[in-house]
Amino acid sequence: MLRPRIIPCLLIHKGGLVKTQQFKAPKYVGDPINAVKIFNEKESDELMVVDIDAAVNKVEPNYALIAKLAAECRMPLCYGGGVTTAEQAARIIDLGVEKVSVSSAAVADPSLLGRMAEAIGRQSVVAVLDVRKKSGLFSKGYELCTHNGKTAHKLDPLAFARQLQDAGAGEIVINSIDRDGEMKGYDIDLARQMRTELKVPLTVLGGAGSLEHVGDLLGACGVIGAAAGSLYVFKGQYRAVLISYPTPQQKDELCRAALLKHRG
Amino acid sequence: MIRIVDYGVGNIQAFLTMFKRLGLEATRARTADELEGATRLILPGVGAFDTAMTLLNQSGMRPRLEEMVLAQQVPVIGICVGMQMLAGGSDEGVLPGLNWVPGRVKAFATTPASRDLPMPHMGWNDLKVRPGSRLFTDFEPEPRFYFLHSYYFDAEDKADVAATAEYGLDFDCIVSRGHIHGVQCHPEKSHHFGAQLLKNFAEL
Repeated sequence: MLRPRIIPCLLIHKGGLVKTQQFKAPKYVGDPINAVKIFNEKESDELMVVDIDAAVNKVEPNYALIAKLAAECRMPLCYGGGVTTAEQAARIIDLGVEKVSVSSAAVADPSLLGRMAEAIGRQSVVAVLDVRKKSGLFSKGYELCTHNGKTAHKLDPLAFARQLQDAGAGEIVINSIDRDGEMKGYDIDLARQMRTELKVPLTVLGGAGSLEHVGDLLGACGVIGAAAGSLYVFKGQYRAVLISYPTPQQKDELCRAALLKHRG
Repeated sequence: MIRIVDYGVGNIQAFLTMFKRLGLEATRARTADELEGATRLILPGVGAFDTAMTLLNQSGMRPRLEEMVLAQQVPVIGICVGMQMLAGGSDEGVLPGLNWVPGRVKAFATTPASRDLPMPHMGWNDLKVRPGSRLFTDFEPEPRFYFLHSYYFDAEDKADVAATAEYGLDFDCIVSRGHIHGVQCHPEKSHHFGAQLLKNFAEL
């Protein structure tokens, strides 16, 4: 049986590993290669690495760092940050990365996903959508953002996710800006709507503060990816840096209970 | 000596890293001459079937590979699209495959039992292993591997099937026909399960 994917998401900022809150206040949490080594030992399902500087600074992906990460990584790796062309994506795949994610470049030009799919195969093309809940008195729903949440777009995230799927994405990652680093739980409503909307695998990121939150998400959405940053790099209310990941037994129990709940 | 066939696609570095950890000598082969001396061959592959076949055909390595595998019976393992290339052909493309293991590559999307499931088949799945498969010597129960694909190998001779996995249907995810093996999942990214499988292949 196919299992849900429990995925640590690591952010790279100025060469180090950081964790943000609502996409702000990056806190240094350690060395990226060291973190990969720890997740190897803990046998995590996948790893997502996002360079949060590359797109904002309009620089090329840091290929030297990606090569080091990929060589170290003994689980599937998804890299994102600064990718704007199919050629760059192909170069990253050649370094030993399984999946390449795009965000702002896909919003600017959805046809990029088709070109990427042609170059590296649709199964390796990931679109990350950063989504913020509208907070105005008369505005409901969600808005799509790019450039670390600084630019808002007049696009409906649900319809746009479907458009990116049709354009060539093999996976959609939904990242809730409001929930980022808050550790109070995922936006289950949004996740459920996306799951219903999409035919490609879905991964949800933003808000997990405990394994119970992961269980809640999987209980609502079934076999999807549950990604988290803070949950796997912090411990306790004072956010002491400690890399952790559930044991195989914890993961089995969590998934079994959640899928039973999902089937109702 | 293990040689990893580097014809331009596939995660060569991940295999080199894995074999180094296992303490097994492995190098990449980019030309027919670099294939010389191989006692084990790894045929990786990612992306589209026709692209992979075209690149292998253009690499100049195919005649030597066929001589080594078919005449000298050097053990070989095809991985992901490398497994699919062992078939006679694929619904994904128009080019013929290597036809080393009789079978055809089919799409989940056009198979009734799987067509409504999320595509690609992505993530960790359990393997149902046929008893006696030498690739699974000393394996713990319930092995699981990482998958990332939309097409699957359908073996013509089911005696060649070493393991299946379930995604709407039970599909043939590992085949072994004599010294020729193919795995759809990614042993190089499947933690200790994958390491054990590659070690077993090296020690067959």
